[in-house]
Amino acid sequence: MVLKTEIVQQLRRIIKPGRILTKEADLVSYGYDASFGFYKPDVVLQVKNENEVSAVMKLANQLRIPVTPRGQASSLSGGPLPVKGGMVLDFSQWSKSLKIDSEDLVAVVSPGVITADLDDAAARYGLMYPPDPGSSHFSTIGGNLAENSGGPRCLKYGVTKDYVIGLKVVTPQGEVIRTGGRTVKNVTGYDLTKLIVGSEGTLGIITEATLRLLPRPLSTQTMMLTFDHFVDSGKTVTRILTSGILPAKVEMMDQASIRAVEAYQPQNLPVDAEAILLIELDGHPAAVADEAERIRSLAKAMAARSVKIAHSSEEARKLWKARKLVSPAIASKKPTKISEDATVPRSKIAEFCHRLQEIRNTYKIDLVVFGHVGDGNLHPNIICDKRNREEMKRVQKAIEEIFHAAIDLGGTLSGEHGIGTMKRAYMPWELSPVELDMMKRIKLAWDPNNILNPSKIFPAPDRSWCCRNEPESERQTRL
Amino acid sequence: MNPNPKDKLAYDETFTCIQCGTCLPACPTYKTMGTETQSPRGRINLVKMAAEGKISLDELKDPIDLCLGCRACETACPTNVPYGVILESAKLALHEHNRPSQSRMEVFKENLFYNHVFPRKKVMSTGAGLLWFYQKSGVRRLVEKTGLLNSLPESLATFERTLPAATAPVRRRRRPKRLEPQQAPRYKVGFFTGCIMDALFDRINDLGMRLLVLGGCTVVAADGQTCCGALHLHGGRDDQARELARKNIEVFEQEAFDYVVNTAGGCGALLHEYPALFADDPEWQIRAQSFADHTIDISVLLARLDLPFNKEIRKRATYQPSCHMTNVQKVRDEPRQLIRRIKGIDFRELHDPNFCCGSAGIYNVVQFDESMKILDVKMADVKSRDPELIVTTNPGCLLQMKAGIEREGLQDRMQALHLVELLAEACGLEKR
Repeated sequence: MVLKTEIVQQLRRIIKPGRILTKEADLVSYGYDASFGFYKPDVVLQVKNENEVSAVMKLANQLRIPVTPRGQASSLSGGPLPVKGGMVLDFSQWSKSLKIDSEDLVAVVSPGVITADLDDAAARYGLMYPPDPGSSHFSTIGGNLAENSGGPRCLKYGVTKDYVIGLKVVTPQGEVIRTGGRTVKNVTGYDLTKLIVGSEGTLGIITEATLRLLPRPLSTQTMMLTFDHFVDSGKTVTRILTSGILPAKVEMMDQASIRAVEAYQPQNLPVDAEAILLIELDGHPAAVADEAERIRSLAKAMAARSVKIAHSSEEARKLWKARKLVSPAIASKKPTKISEDATVPRSKIAEFCHRLQEIRNTYKIDLVVFGHVGDGNLHPNIICDKRNREEMKRVQKAIEEIFHAAIDLGGTLSGEHGIGTMKRAYMPWELSPVELDMMKRIKLAWDPNNILNPSKIFPAPDRSWCCRNEPESERQTRL
Repeated sequence: MNPNPKDKLAYDETFTCIQCGTCLPACPTYKTMGTETQSPRGRINLVKMAAEGKISLDELKDPIDLCLGCRACETACPTNVPYGVILESAKLALHEHNRPSQSRMEVFKENLFYNHVFPRKKVMSTGAGLLWFYQKSGVRRLVEKTGLLNSLPESLATFERTLPAATAPVRRRRRPKRLEPQQAPRYKVGFFTGCIMDALFDRINDLGMRLLVLGGCTVVAADGQTCCGALHLHGGRDDQARELARKNIEVFEQEAFDYVVNTAGGCGALLHEYPALFADDPEWQIRAQSFADHTIDISVLLARLDLPFNKEIRKRATYQPSCHMTNVQKVRDEPRQLIRRIKGIDFRELHDPNFCCGSAGIYNVVQFDESMKILDVKMADVKSRDPELIVTTNPGCLLQMKAGIEREGLQDRMQALHLVELLAEACGLEKR
């Protein structure tokens, strides 16, 4: 305890006391995110500028204290969990700086900026920031960059890393570096920008980002396709994408999701249908109208039961409402909701869905499938009760089977949530020992003392549970 | 009776939270205080931790006391977490937990307040009478001149200035209890007068009744009704809240009403939630459900009636919705529709209307500093819309917005008023 007081004294020289949180109620409030697991930090620092971050990192590196950066903790992979205790750096209170340069078509932002605010600001210049994770209204851009977030629009526009061209980063040793710049083309040296983005806060702390913006499409059009057979819906997606049309979003709801929504808040959805596709087109109004008609005839040829085209933004809103209701609808059945994001090549979507049905039956779990079917990033959601140990064992097995199936089909463990603590045990399933070793050597080069967001990404031999609250056994340091 | 206050916590309900964080931007205290601890997700987690014995109830106290209970988080939540239930359970547990340590004087003062002031019409009415005397007799001017006001705690001084002119006790006694329209009545309406509404804002109640009559309703301010019990419930006194609820239900059961109407967003919310008070009492739950089914905010009924908006009011107006009206009663459109129907009104929606004003029952008195920070955020929004009128639908919000106007020194260009007052003026009932 003597040591702790001493360190807090040192921190006071860096950060104003009001932003150093040590009360028990505060500490337990920074020990979770939207995934599983709870780990209490020893202190929470609400940092507000680069100098503070740099000074804190120097101190932490010198004293070998683990540091975990945290935005608004909407992460589904455990990224901001302080697994080894130590310091949590809370970026949510960093004064929000957001500058749009409409001539360079870039935005320069501070890490605490809320993602949706960035897109709103770009819209005022007729521009857009394409990545739109489901959490965009409350997640910080810093967190999005660290986890390389996705979202429905990724089908057409790609994920977060495709829009980052420059960064300012504080290294684990407290140095400040710049990577990339503000040009679209930049091939000078190694691409450290892309390395940092998606490194889940293990290599450096992003303090400023230069992001690419695109011209905002002039119009959008929403349509809903209903199918009697699941396989037809998958084939239709492939047909649309190979017919010269690239929708902004193609979202899918399976029968279980449709039934859940109808039982929860009826939207006149057909409960006997096996799948619904929700499509958003964007672009020039004439092109969009033409594409909508082409999708209509194509879907009819592919045995779609019905095709609805929204004729107003109000109608479009109603169509998307069904998709929005899936979460509350399924969450009302049982308390625990596990959202997986295993992703497969588009051609394997139908087969992946078939495997998911088998897994549902084998392990007798409540499995609902919906998600970004257009890019192969499905969200198998398991509804369970984490207080029921027997059920959770089955759930754990089922999740492992889902990962197996995805990798088997040439896919990946994570399409947009990141590995964090949740999937690190399974990394060897996807990566070879040499590949993992290359990654570990990069980590070692950047962070020789392993103080920055430790226990993430890389597998630990005894960690095979991903959906159970792990004990605080990994803690090594105490302040 | 209950050996462990911890058992009162709504533990099972905390599991409905998936900790996604959607509620964060909806929470006023998260915005002004800036810590996860003072957010809905944080508070739910703390209740869970306390129920599991991982933290003590004392750790829970501050975050729970500092919650406004505006329940904007419930509206934002994608999985429908019953935050209100979790919050009330925490208040109850804290009340039980703190009771043994209270001094006798504290217990006496609390009991006086909860048992003898709010539920008692006579006491409230005497209080209103004293207020009238204070305002009319020159004592107020004396207080102002001598600077005595400045020696009051800031919280009380702030609100002293915003209190409305009280009705003279003689007029108060003469108020009619039953009003009939000229034509055949369209609806028969029971009028819930409320305690604070009735004591401080009886003029608004009067105008509300007259508006309903103008719209063709028979209006009965049923005798024997009492305080809704919201302040008791928020103070962790669920037994008293139940007692008051039973009384109100009984009173309005005596006649067959099409609607039971109220003029206070906060009271209306609890009237709507009376059934939840009787979760373990099926007989009363049925009666409470029937009562709740008939309960509506006055704006909802007024929007259905054909009111004669015959007077033009050429003013810029904005609307500060009561949180409990928006998030619990789910009444959003009707007040806005009514304001827009008035000839001459230039209606300006706030940028973030659903952000609480910081009034929240007696929060603005007991948590004055935090309340003022929230009010400052609200007033910045108000100023950006530059209205002449701020229309509200709840007495607490009305006083708070008046305080906001005072605080910003905008008395000469801005005025806060209850929706009923504005409608009454537009219908030519009374000049403000």
